Amino acid sequence: MTTPLIDLHDVSREYGDGPPALDGVSFSVRAGEAVAVLGPSGSGKSTLLSLIAGLDRPNTGTVTVAGVRVDRLGEAASARYRRAAVGMVFQFFNLLDDLTVADNVALPAQLAGTDRAEASRRAVELLGKLGVDGYARAYPGRLSGGERQRVAVARALVNRPALLLADEPTGALDTASGEDVGALLSELNADGQTLVVVTHDLALARSCTTRTISLVDGRVAEDVTAGPAR
Amino acid sequence: MSALGRVVRSGVGRGRVRTVVVGLAAAVAVTASVLAGSLLVASSAPFDRAFAQQNGPHLAVQFDAGATTAAALEASRTAAGVTAAAGPFPVVPVSPRLDSGPRVPPMTAVGRAEPGGPVDAVALVEGTWVTGPGQVVLSADFRTPDVLDRTLRFPDLPGAPELEVVGVARSISRTADLWVWPDQVAALTPPGTAGGFQVLYRFADAATAEQVDASSAAAVPAQGRTGSRSWLAARRDAVKEVALFVPFLVAFGALGLVMSVLVVGNVVAGAVASGLRRVGVLKALGFTPGQVVRAHVAQALVPAAVGAAFGVVAGNLLAVPVLAETSEVYGTTVSPVAPWVDVAVVAGALGVVAVTAWTSAWRAGRLRAVDALAVGRTPGVRRGLWAARTTARLPLPRAISLGLAHPSTRPARALAMLAAIVFGTTAVTFAIGLGASLTDVQEARDHTTDVVIGTDRPSPTGALPATLDADAVRAAIAAQPGTLAHFSTARREVGIAAFSGSTTLLAFEGDTSPGDYRMIAGEWFDAPGEAVVPSPFLRATGTGIGDAVTLDDRGEPLVVRIVGEVFDLQNDGMRVFTDAATITDPVVTSFDVGLRPGTDVTAYLDGLNAALRPLGVTARAGEEGSSDVLVTIVALTAFLTLLLIAVAGLGVLNGVVLDTRDRVHDLGVHRALGMTPGQTVAMVLASVAVVGVVGGVVGVPLGVVLHDAVLPAMGRGAGTDLPASSFAVLGPVDLVLLGLGGPVVAVLGALLPAVRAARTRTATALRTE
Repeated sequence: MTTPLIDLHDVSREYGDGPPALDGVSFSVRAGEAVAVLGPSGSGKSTLLSLIAGLDRPNTGTVTVAGVRVDRLGEAASARYRRAAVGMVFQFFNLLDDLTVADNVALPAQLAGTDRAEASRRAVELLGKLGVDGYARAYPGRLSGGERQRVAVARALVNRPALLLADEPTGALDTASGEDVGALLSELNADGQTLVVVTHDLALARSCTTRTISLVDGRVAEDVTAGPAR
Repeated sequence: MSALGRVVRSGVGRGRVRTVVVGLAAAVAVTASVLAGSLLVASSAPFDRAFAQQNGPHLAVQFDAGATTAAALEASRTAAGVTAAAGPFPVVPVSPRLDSGPRVPPMTAVGRAEPGGPVDAVALVEGTWVTGPGQVVLSADFRTPDVLDRTLRFPDLPGAPELEVVGVARSISRTADLWVWPDQVAALTPPGTAGGFQVLYRFADAATAEQVDASSAAAVPAQGRTGSRSWLAARRDAVKEVALFVPFLVAFGALGLVMSVLVVGNVVAGAVASGLRRVGVLKALGFTPGQVVRAHVAQALVPAAVGAAFGVVAGNLLAVPVLAETSEVYGTTVSPVAPWVDVAVVAGALGVVAVTAWTSAWRAGRLRAVDALAVGRTPGVRRGLWAARTTARLPLPRAISLGLAHPSTRPARALAMLAAIVFGTTAVTFAIGLGASLTDVQEARDHTTDVVIGTDRPSPTGALPATLDADAVRAAIAAQPGTLAHFSTARREVGIAAFSGSTTLLAFEGDTSPGDYRMIAGEWFDAPGEAVVPSPFLRATGTGIGDAVTLDDRGEPLVVRIVGEVFDLQNDGMRVFTDAATITDPVVTSFDVGLRPGTDVTAYLDGLNAALRPLGVTARAGEEGSSDVLVTIVALTAFLTLLLIAVAGLGVLNGVVLDTRDRVHDLGVHRALGMTPGQTVAMVLASVAVVGVVGGVVGVPLGVVLHDAVLPAMGRGAGTDLPASSFAVLGPVDLVLLGLGGPVVAVLGALLPAVRAARTRTATALRTE
């Protein structure tokens, strides 16, 4: 049996005196899997993603990604972990408005110490692969929502991460753009990219993932593996 | 609580960092302003205040005890026109040794049982007053530190009396160099001399020299009168001493006030501007523009008032030692901060806060609600993109190149930070430059040499014997190991043709380099018949370099040609310096010696005095300059400089706090993309580095310009031009180091918010709108 890429064991996260955002969550994800995390607002989806990305730490339990105990990492170490192992795609793209599209994509590579020329080369290559290379010198404000999300995906992939995390990647897009992004994620998974997609969009989950984990009130209510609907 | 009150309270509580920065800026600004204002007040008419405090004498008169009696002088105390008098006090000139050291310069000893009295209430600086024989209180002008419990010895007097130093005191009129118990004076009076009396008078009319002369003629006995000193002469001397420093303190105080106003204004304006989105929310809820303005003004005033309260307390506490130091300079007793200074500073600070907040909030209040709500925390897409493009191509770590582009996205904020750094760098350059200039002026003024024999000033003691073999003394000096250079001085009173009164001519023989006479213009004389004179001499006589001046030398005309303007303040800047060969029959009145570096002065004096003993003269160490004044000024400068640096740093801190707040979401994105805390700190610090460098580059020349503008004013206050050496005090290395102060202040100011930004939880930052 192969070592899972992601392994959460009895993870809980509480904020203040309220009910826990996550309560005893345990599951594993193998390399190459595409997992959708579903659930209503407040169910703990985004918290789960933050814990896997090393943006937050659980109160109890362990989070292991690619053999790294993410829950034990300090701030600097978790930053290095994210550079090396994780790419993130956000609902509202989170592109930096004062950088060109190419500079946005190259940024994580440059932060990781890749020289500017190599980072730019990778950025242009990815932008071409994702069909937005025509906007390399443009600023994000000129792009449509779907195009911005493609740029965001390119940025997430520039350091060739083992894991791509997407938080409501179609939440800010119209239907057509959403389908387009879903197809893109599906293609990436077909090429071997491990995906964890947080969404409340069942159509997206069906289009690009092979497994769905449903969260309700911070607990895993359902964990279903199915064939991809491509 | 009204809706407005709730909004103000929540606004103050919600923007804690902003509230703290406004309060801190107000506190530091008020502290600096209280100190600066107190210095300005203390600089105003210091002699007159001290003279009034001490009931200084309008006339101090000395009498020969052999020619009059204490009873006769006692009667003069109630003469017509005399409003108060003190004395007669027994007085005698002395020249003691401190412990086993060399003989100190000639001093006037006065016997007084009490420091107070109706006239010349002497201020005790430290220790106690004499309570009986065997004790002495030294004047604060005695320029040796830590004299308490040391011993003044009089080995040449019968019984070799010794006095323990029990206190240090200051008389604004400098009526004595040391005070002893009245009965002690007899033991300090050389055998065969009668000693003297001192009576101190205050007159009903003494505003002018004519009134003092008239009152003196009417009330003071002529019999036995050997000398007198008017309060106007004392005032002239004291003002001349202090006038050198007043423009410096005034300029520094003014700089502090302006900078405080600037930074508080910037902080408040920035705080209001950063709350524009909240304005939109308030207006959407139904707040009128007037209510919005009042809410913002109150939100700024609440922390500013708290900060001002702390600042005024801190300012008063800090002013106590500072004013104590200042009183040392001015010779006054320590006075607390004038209440009106506190009131004016607090009112001024809060006024600046209110006006700035009102101006900024007025603009916010006029915004349509929809526009205010649309104000993003990140800058507009198009602003500063060129900078981001340019810095992205620099061969620098990406975190740093990202930071370098930040100032261009908020130009107004960057300008505010720049102004704070420019002012800070200007202040530091100005302060350090003037401190160095003061040191140079002090050195140039005193002409202090390492070793002195005799005195070049009129004195009842210390004069060299008329029959002295000067050549033998020169030979002894030259033969003494450690001698670097030496010269002799022949002092002579001469008249100036077509000019009332006399002046002093100093005729030198030998190498005058130990005297450190600095030239303002022209050259030092190098031939008989040539002379150099100070600026006041040139002004008073209407002459210039190249002119010939005819002096009255004991009834004979003595023509000298002025070849240079020298820096000299003694004798009101009216001394004439020339070669000994210029005058006939020069009688040497003093010798000055400069020693080789590293020479032990005490050992040198022992050796030289052994050689001089057969000649009947004694060498002593040169009188040190009034370094206490200098130390005080330098200490004040350092303290105020630190405060101004703190104010400048706060200006930067405020800008960076606002900037990191505005960018918190972008910071979260950076962190999510793998930016480490260290890279975050580097990015934030880089965002102020350029501003700091530009501030340093601009501020240093401004400081030099200010220095060069204030320095001549200082000279004019003392009635003289200043030597070039006093201007060129900062070399290229100094200027570069001062310029580096800009980025250093910027980085220090930005460090706290940078670290704070690095510690912001990424998940929280990403959720921030």
